[in-house]
Amino acid sequence: MARAQAVTAVDRRVWLMIGAIVVAGLLIIPISQQVLGLRLTYTVRVVALGGSILGVISGVLGCFAVLRGESLVGDALSHAALPGVAVAFLLAGRELSWLLIGAGIASWLGLRMVAAILQTTRIKQDAALGIALASWFAAGIALLAYIQSLPDASQAGLDHFIFGQAAAIIERDVRLVSGVGLAVLLAVALFWKEFKLVTFDAEFAGANGFRTGMINTVLSTLIVVTIVLGLQLAGVILMVGMLIAPGIAARQWTQSLDQMVILAAIFGAFAGGVGAVISALDNDIPTGPMIIVVAFALVLLSITLAPGRGLVWSRLSQRANRRRFAAQNTLRDLYRYALRHGDADSLVPDDFIRGVADRSAELGLRQLRAQGHVALSKKGWRLTESGIKRARRIDHNDQLWDMYRLHAHALDLPVLQEDRQAPVASLLPAAAIARLERKLREAEGGA
Amino acid sequence: MPERFQDLHAAGGASLALAVDDLTVAYDEKPAIWDIDLNVPEGVLMGVVGPNGAGKSTLIKAVLNLIPRAAGTVSFYGKPYERARSLVGYVPQRGSVDWDFPTSVLDVVMMGLYGKLGWFRRPGKRERESAQYALEQVGLADLGDRQISQLSGGQQQRTFLARALVQDAQIYFMDEPFAAVDAVTENAIVGILQALNRRGKTVLVVHHDLQTVEQYFNWVTLLNVEVIASGPTAEAFTPDNLRRTYGGRVSFLHAANGDV
Repeated sequence: MARAQAVTAVDRRVWLMIGAIVVAGLLIIPISQQVLGLRLTYTVRVVALGGSILGVISGVLGCFAVLRGESLVGDALSHAALPGVAVAFLLAGRELSWLLIGAGIASWLGLRMVAAILQTTRIKQDAALGIALASWFAAGIALLAYIQSLPDASQAGLDHFIFGQAAAIIERDVRLVSGVGLAVLLAVALFWKEFKLVTFDAEFAGANGFRTGMINTVLSTLIVVTIVLGLQLAGVILMVGMLIAPGIAARQWTQSLDQMVILAAIFGAFAGGVGAVISALDNDIPTGPMIIVVAFALVLLSITLAPGRGLVWSRLSQRANRRRFAAQNTLRDLYRYALRHGDADSLVPDDFIRGVADRSAELGLRQLRAQGHVALSKKGWRLTESGIKRARRIDHNDQLWDMYRLHAHALDLPVLQEDRQAPVASLLPAAAIARLERKLREAEGGA
Repeated sequence: MPERFQDLHAAGGASLALAVDDLTVAYDEKPAIWDIDLNVPEGVLMGVVGPNGAGKSTLIKAVLNLIPRAAGTVSFYGKPYERARSLVGYVPQRGSVDWDFPTSVLDVVMMGLYGKLGWFRRPGKRERESAQYALEQVGLADLGDRQISQLSGGQQQRTFLARALVQDAQIYFMDEPFAAVDAVTENAIVGILQALNRRGKTVLVVHHDLQTVEQYFNWVTLLNVEVIASGPTAEAFTPDNLRRTYGGRVSFLHAANGDV
């Protein structure tokens, strides 16, 4: 996957971070044993393993649901599974694989129902999803109530499918989930390029001869399978959170789909494992809500802290920008004023520079003074030698950018994204800079 | 009218890049395009013009099998679409995708090669090199690593164009490549289209600006649900045909055209 893409510095940083998170995740096991005195009994280990495996699968498939804007389709799908569980129980008894098959069929029928509503009526997608979700869930609850009234005692615990119950998971369930989950992940690996293309630009995929209908069906089916696998753990109501939260959190940290999917798998494993263990410690805590609490803690953390997209990050970079621009603008104002009133080192009255830009001037002057670019005397401000040098360099760079904008086409220079903060000399070959310098001299000579 | 142009091609002996026969597409009950007969000879740079709702995009999508046809047949170089897929390149409207998708510019361009790779195979070094080459052709050589959400509108359009270039197709379909781009980008794109055309490629462009039709295209199709006229720009792009396409609304153009 990563081969397909040049490895940039940012990429490397995200890979490093992914490695660090994996190590930290593995360290949780000894820490929880030593420090918290948690006893990892056989049951807790089974539950943790089951939760983590489900987390990986739903994290991976959830990325596609999120990117396709189909998070709520996932919600409708999981709610629609409930009547399937009940009907399967009535027909085949309490055997997990049959219950899941029933859930899968009901969920898939729910999906077809939404598609049918969209195709035959003018009802919008959100309303169609609402109809499917509510009606199938209501049918499921009614069937469960009927089952509860049966004299047979074997129905106990069927209502765990509503909120999820990790403690009910046994080793055989984990084996089933791992087997099916591995097949799901294998399918994603095989169809990687197709899923990516169809998710980004289905029209283009169609025009390229990809059978988008088929690819979409495969992807939807995999999402249904994932949801069904997670029902016993997370429950029909909250399964959607386990599906989409890891993907949402992962998206904040990276700009590449490969990394997003891997990171979502790790986040999912963490949320699923930790949530399942916490709930297994006390039988009264339903697992679904516990997993969701952990998963959305990860989402919150990611939205706040992630570099590039995170709130803290953008606040900090806004602040840094404000300071940098203030320093540059103030330096430019000082320099221009000084030149107009004599030499570059002439005195600039304090009133003037503060009058031009009050608070920003304060901010800029403080920085310039700390850097030794400007000196304060009784009568006002004076650029130092280093300040003049720096102002000249910025001014010159600005003029070269002007020349670039005017003459780039005529001189047949490479197309650059105009960024006046960057030195143009570092972006163009020396010969091109020489031509821009000549244009600049011509312009100054002519003026 | 269409018959006359068919005769014209027959006389010229040029082979057809695209032949559309009796094509009809309907959304609900109203036909979006109606009984389209269209013959596009090989090696033309053709503008498809017509008012809003005339079915320009619908025509392209129906030709490329992206939406169901109510009737009609389409062939590319004498072959049905299924056997001509590798000959066809497509540039969808820029607004049709989510530009916040987590991927890089180079990655998007490589998507143009997915069709050639076939099922299950992943792009590798060779694909990366041809994608880089395509980026150089559209003037985005240095932006390969950039995340696509950081692109300007013009750069997005160039990225889509590069993705079509790596397809190395014989016939290209472009849906409004000039929509909301600045004059510099428009010029650059026209340059690329004309270069493609010089290399013998056939290019169909959905276009909106009547003022530039004669300057950009050597072939034109006027469309308003039906084909009003299709042929060499000098013959088909007449005030009379324009009036029949747009109604009285193009009077501003008549003067300009009358002078020619």
